Amino acid sequence: MFEVFGVSSQALFGQLLIGLINGSFYALLSLGLAVIFGMLNIINFAHGAQYMLGAFCAFFLLNGIDLPLPALAWPPAVTFVRITPGLNYWWALVLAPLIVGATGIVLERLLLRWIYRLDHLYGLLLTFGLALIIEGVFRNYFGSSGLPYTVPEALRGGQNLGFMFLPNYRAWVIAFSLIVCLATWFVIERTKLGSYLRAATENPTLVRAFGINVPRMITLTYGFGVALAALAGVMAAPIYNVSPQMGANLIIVVFAVVVIGGMGSILGAIVTGFGLGLIEGLTKVFFPEASNTVIFVIMAIVLLLRPAGLFGRGT
Amino acid sequence: MKRHISLAALAVALGCGVANAQYTDGTIKIGVMNDMSGTYSDLSGQGSVIAARMAVEDFGAASKGMKVEIVSADHQNKADVGSNVVRTWIDVDKVDVIVDVPTSSVALAVNEIVRDKNKVFLVSGAAASDLTGPQCTANTIHWTYDTWSLANGTGTAIVKTGGDTWFFLTANYAFGLALERDTAAVVVKNGGKVLGQVRHPFPGTDFSSFLLQAQASKAKIIGLANAGSDTINSIKQASEFGITGGGQNLAALLAFITDVHALGLPIAQGLIMTEAWYWDLNDANRAFTKRFAPQYKGIHPSMVHAGVYSAVTHYLKAVEALKSDADGRAVVAKMKEMPTDDVLFGQGTVRADGRKIHPMYLFEVKKPAESKAPWDYYKLRATIPANEAFRPLAEGGCPLVKG
Amino acid sequence: MAAIDAARALVWPSRAWSEGIAFAAMVLALVILPAFVYPVFLMKALCFALFACAFNLLIGYVGLLSFGHALFFGWAAYVTAHLAKVGNISVPIWAGAWQWLTIPLPPLSPELAIIGGTLTAAVLGLIVGAIAIRRQGIYFAMITLALAQMMFLVAVQAPFTHGEDGIQAVPRGRLFGIVDLSDQINMYVAVAVIFLGCFLLIYRIVNSPFGEVLKAIRENEARAISLGYRTERYKLVAFVLSATFAGVAGSTKAIVFQLASLTDVDWPMSGEVILMTLVGGLGTVFGPVAGAFFMVTLENYLTTIGQWVFVVQGLIFVVCVLLFRRGFVGELAHRLRVRL
Repeated sequence: MFEVFGVSSQALFGQLLIGLINGSFYALLSLGLAVIFGMLNIINFAHGAQYMLGAFCAFFLLNGIDLPLPALAWPPAVTFVRITPGLNYWWALVLAPLIVGATGIVLERLLLRWIYRLDHLYGLLLTFGLALIIEGVFRNYFGSSGLPYTVPEALRGGQNLGFMFLPNYRAWVIAFSLIVCLATWFVIERTKLGSYLRAATENPTLVRAFGINVPRMITLTYGFGVALAALAGVMAAPIYNVSPQMGANLIIVVFAVVVIGGMGSILGAIVTGFGLGLIEGLTKVFFPEASNTVIFVIMAIVLLLRPAGLFGRGT
Repeated sequence: MKRHISLAALAVALGCGVANAQYTDGTIKIGVMNDMSGTYSDLSGQGSVIAARMAVEDFGAASKGMKVEIVSADHQNKADVGSNVVRTWIDVDKVDVIVDVPTSSVALAVNEIVRDKNKVFLVSGAAASDLTGPQCTANTIHWTYDTWSLANGTGTAIVKTGGDTWFFLTANYAFGLALERDTAAVVVKNGGKVLGQVRHPFPGTDFSSFLLQAQASKAKIIGLANAGSDTINSIKQASEFGITGGGQNLAALLAFITDVHALGLPIAQGLIMTEAWYWDLNDANRAFTKRFAPQYKGIHPSMVHAGVYSAVTHYLKAVEALKSDADGRAVVAKMKEMPTDDVLFGQGTVRADGRKIHPMYLFEVKKPAESKAPWDYYKLRATIPANEAFRPLAEGGCPLVKG
Repeated sequence: MAAIDAARALVWPSRAWSEGIAFAAMVLALVILPAFVYPVFLMKALCFALFACAFNLLIGYVGLLSFGHALFFGWAAYVTAHLAKVGNISVPIWAGAWQWLTIPLPPLSPELAIIGGTLTAAVLGLIVGAIAIRRQGIYFAMITLALAQMMFLVAVQAPFTHGEDGIQAVPRGRLFGIVDLSDQINMYVAVAVIFLGCFLLIYRIVNSPFGEVLKAIRENEARAISLGYRTERYKLVAFVLSATFAGVAGSTKAIVFQLASLTDVDWPMSGEVILMTLVGGLGTVFGPVAGAFFMVTLENYLTTIGQWVFVVQGLIFVVCVLLFRRGFVGELAHRLRVRL
């Protein structure tokens, strides 16, 4: 086929497709962050840890977990009960976000709501601390080598597209992320519930005066954002290493994505996520050593030219 | 009168000799420092402490009247934490020997400190072959493995068994580049060809694009010049893209049995790697494992753990022979003078540059059907005899080696 | 930050005598402690105390949370280590094509190496500040984090840093060509002098007309602008100053530990300095020092206890943010109704 800058079109399209896959994760995660930030004005640093929780949850649903239960005996002790649900990937796609989302709701009710009245930076510090705790606990119990989670049966194998071999699972990742992203965007921008959410972000007191339970909406929104992170985690489990650190480095890249996109719009988060994935893919072809840093470089450039971000509404 | 005094003096002197007065502080203090909470916690971690304890017990220190104490610390893979701990250990806690220390950056830092303070450093976990090269000291012995032996073992053995075209997937930092360079040299020396390489950023998560290039090169062997989670991720994703199914083999240039355990056999099958020790290789190893695993959450010992056991055993023998642990250089000289012999590594030697010599083994990971129990992961593909396994003494650039 | 917390919104009577006493106590402690405590441990605490003071300059007095201060700390350490050990500087120049011009220098003596490292931090502070100042609050934090992460990745690949190995065996050298720093006590005195000097400088900056403008910006930036102050400039200068002092801390650390590694530029290091300042007391003069000593001591114990490092740090973050926002020194100052 033809060549572009000395790289065959086969390699190029292959890398772009892979870039799109990475972009899916960036989009899902930055969407979660944008949703949470939109409602709570909190940067959820724990997002990476919750992504990790989603992946671990999928692992536990399949392989079982030792749950600590207090034993009613003297002296008081903790016994471990092994529960092995044996639920496969498809169950995990639904259950893991629900479970992790529920923990997010508990977190919000217990901890986060005390800091809404404070400066927003405390939210960042609090969630940073939470991220450290969650990752630390998991690191302590599960080591750092990572746990195996295989691609579900139905999605094994792949298609030979001529210019590359596309694993079915990766195609699924792109398709499903797009659906989830667009569905979220639709709910927030085009439905009544979404309009309540957006109104509550702008003016909570007024919306409350209308009789809408704003605190509950905030709680549920946080839960939803966390569930999105967990969903990304479940989808990542078969292809990335399920380890306690899987979220830590990813979250910083997602932060850069979010800064580039601007926190103002949901659509902005989605478009920027996919777009940056594509750009990263291109960089891997032409200049592989820089592929880790290209997103940060773009962030610096965007900030110099357009401080509010590409889709942001300015601060 | 004089005779009485001299007899009395003799009696006192003998009494002192038996009563451990020559050991600093009256105790032989062993400091096991490694990664207890991070990437390397499974292959070293608490397991190394257990291995050291087993070595002290098996040596029978108590019955020989030697008081041995083991302390441990987590260096968190950070050179400053590690050097701080070692400094405090030596200055304040009177630790006599530092053992294990995975993560080359920490090991190199500790290497310097131990030399300055004249104690002993027995490296089991770290890979840097510079420890017996330009950075060699008279206080350090590099025990289990190093980058050169891995490169040589994996490279030579694979080329000789038919894997003569290579493509490297390299972590783009000093360690990965060195591993790639050493292995490429070995491949070429043995008549193989390096078809190309791609350098991925470190740390990386997604290797799909790099693996695509490796696949397109049609090289028989894809050499993974990376470590830890990079290796695990590369292997996982290679399996996903059908690379291992499609006739190409992956060679992990630095991998441990704990990595295979993390990957699971369906994905790791067919992987070729070099290790210095495997729990299922012979009866002695199996017996050791039977005692070790229950103490360590069922995790089977890695070569690093075995190295710690072997090193501590030999150290205690040397200290016993010298009746003193005060002078690090003297103890290490003794360890180089005495041939090594322990249940795990058998007989071997320690060279002038501080390199412990023993055979290395080339393993291939079993298919799931071939494995009969958890941790039954390897089949032996080749044994590299001790005299070929490590870099020749003259080529190292170690200042201790004359000529 | 609009308001660090409610108590500080009240104006305390200016009782600088409390600060004077605290300072005297601190100096006395620094003189006496080496007799009881391992000097290397003290030096580590002092380096981090300076780092925390530099960070506090930005957040405590300007209200900007920088999540990437490790960038300045670590890169200063790298440059200092390189200058002290190797000396050659390679700069890229344009001569038809990009080339590296090597300025051959011998390994420098420690004070010159530290100055070199500090200058690097200042320059980096200028570049990062120019980009980051454009946004406020959370965005500012995220931008600093992202830029620091980018420079971390650069540090991994740059040849002179030796990646994971770091720059090892950095010679302590002879300060001014006379004082042999491999003697622990000499090194300790040097570090203590550097720390006290910078501490006093920071104090002077904060308690000056410039410092007053900074505090005004923290309280209400819009108002400061309406009063005619070019707040962007003030913030940038404060940022550069903060980066510079962080650089001094990093440079000194490199000489003390004879080592510069990737941990110094990694994001957990940024998190640690935030934690130190938070625990000690944001916006107090002595808070960062107390916080640094506390955290360094804690870390010392955690290396032996082992795996719970991150969890403990996280718990401290959570507890501090929820219940203990003033930090040790801040709480003490609040109870005693003095300024510390």
